Amino acid sequence: MGDQNENWERRAARGLAFLRRRITGEYEVDEFGFDQDLTENVLLNVIRPLYEKYFRVEARGLERVPNEGGALIVANHSGTLPLDALMTQVALWDHHPVGRHLRMLAADVVFTMPYVGSYARKAGHTLACNPDALRLLGSGEVVGVWPEGFKGIGKPFSERYRLQRFGRGGFVSAALRTGTPIIPTAIVGAEEIYPKIGDVKPLARLLGVPYVPVTPTFPWLGPLGLVPLPSKWYIVFGEPIDTSTYDPSAADDPMLVFNLTDQVRESIQDTLYRVLLQRRSVFF
Amino acid sequence: MTPASARTLLVTGAARRLGAAVLRDLAAHGQGRRVIAVDLAEPDPDLAVDGVEHVRLDLRAPAIATLIAKTRPDTVLHLDVLAAPGQAGGRTAMKERNVIGTMQLLAACQRAPSVRRFVVKSSAAVYGCAPRDPAHFTEETQPHRPPHAGYGKDCVEVEEYVRGFARRRPDVSVTVLRFAGHLGAGVESLFADYLALPVLPTMAGFDPRLQFVHIDDVVRALRLASSGAHPGVYNVAGAGSLTLSQLARRLGKATVPLPRFAAPWLGRALRQAGVADFTGDQLELLTYGRVLDTTRMTERLGFTPRYTTAQAVAEHARTAGIKPLIPPEAVRGAEQRLISLLEMRARDGADRG
Repeated sequence: MGDQNENWERRAARGLAFLRRRITGEYEVDEFGFDQDLTENVLLNVIRPLYEKYFRVEARGLERVPNEGGALIVANHSGTLPLDALMTQVALWDHHPVGRHLRMLAADVVFTMPYVGSYARKAGHTLACNPDALRLLGSGEVVGVWPEGFKGIGKPFSERYRLQRFGRGGFVSAALRTGTPIIPTAIVGAEEIYPKIGDVKPLARLLGVPYVPVTPTFPWLGPLGLVPLPSKWYIVFGEPIDTSTYDPSAADDPMLVFNLTDQVRESIQDTLYRVLLQRRSVFF
Repeated sequence: MTPASARTLLVTGAARRLGAAVLRDLAAHGQGRRVIAVDLAEPDPDLAVDGVEHVRLDLRAPAIATLIAKTRPDTVLHLDVLAAPGQAGGRTAMKERNVIGTMQLLAACQRAPSVRRFVVKSSAAVYGCAPRDPAHFTEETQPHRPPHAGYGKDCVEVEEYVRGFARRRPDVSVTVLRFAGHLGAGVESLFADYLALPVLPTMAGFDPRLQFVHIDDVVRALRLASSGAHPGVYNVAGAGSLTLSQLARRLGKATVPLPRFAAPWLGRALRQAGVADFTGDQLELLTYGRVLDTTRMTERLGFTPRYTTAQAVAEHARTAGIKPLIPPEAVRGAEQRLISLLEMRARDGADRG
């Protein structure tokens, strides 16, 4: 009983210290806008129940992400809303042996949106562009990219788990330039959260967003349709691809970049099929 | 003895506060250089510096050519690039002074064989600000949305003319310093006015990353640039950045988030009330923010600012007398009291249990 009291007391003291820092501004924000204090104490806590209780995410191969120094997580993208990226962030902070923050490279549309853009920066993410990727990898951060972009996250349900084209391979050249290992990562379960069966294109154009999805529940059930389906998730971090054996100038060899991009893509696709075969059901 | 022409420095925009600070600094570290200070306005008697020759002259007129031919300066320090319409008496006058003034000055310098160094005070405003820009602007970054009006546009044009001058006079060492926003004792700028507001209006849903440079560091950078050959373009900013919300909290200021569409309207209202001057680029800055990469400044220019961005803000607040709504000590005191209250309750609970 006394022990519990003490824990409660310490937690309250920590909460108060956090509040004091938020009121007086005595916290640090890095040059990308990453607010570690807010991310660790609030933002991750908000999405953690989704990870643990709702999607019951099983993360495998986390030990393949190095304890220190840079790494580039490359994963498949799906689910209409980028929850897969957020869940990967939780996995790396909560379940990695030393707890690493994932710095994602996000689409530019994210930063044009009020609230979304500013919270993305606070959570450690930045614009997907070469200078930012190089700077983050160069300073030894774990960087996450979802190279399928909107083609992946906004693809119709019928194409689930089929990887789309991988951009222009910019992530590979950034890894080559910095000698950072690439970790192909497969996420299973995110495809089923919002099965996208239609797209209201005129409305999307009007709102300036990439798509307005139609799912079995949205927009028919109104706000209730925004509740994702409770699929069971697996995040599998694959065998790292070492890039430190290449010369940094290898980044200027387009053929090598294309080949490595394909290698990463195939590795993710293989893992996806393997995990899908092992999966007993979408929801359990 | 070195010939007089090799030891003469001409400073434009000298009657303003930054100009006066630079003149004072040159008087202290100028190593006996002859300093000629040019401005449209009569210098404030309080800001006058001994040993400086003040000349009242309109840069927009060719009279500057006569002055340069007569005094034969070896170094020209061009500070007369105004940031706020209020400083020139309207936007049209500001643009004329910035752009036409620079053109006339450059035309005069091009004809003057004595000129060996040209240093111009530009601004990070040349990068504009957009959500699609990388997190840091290097000197080579192509801005996604270059400024299309206002101070930023003036700076872009000034830099264009300066580049043209550098091409035509390859023997002159031309330095362009792109400064982040200035803060510090006595700084009069749009952002300083903004910070003086009782509550800070912000753009709802946006929390820009901001970067500043302390006025003392501006002066030191200008001294460094005008005392040796440092050709090139350099970003100059204090280390690190602050988000606007963090800055407001550190100053103990309340913020009012406004929807973005209402911002121009509020800007006009505040301008008409004479409280603060909100230009279009100022609103953009408060929405998207801007952070500079200063690698070139430290590595090639060899300059390290004494103040970080956070220190520049703190120093500005101290000298401008910005008082927090709730002092940080009070917040800390409240935290302590609450913690001891909790401890007492926990002890009582343990006794009873």
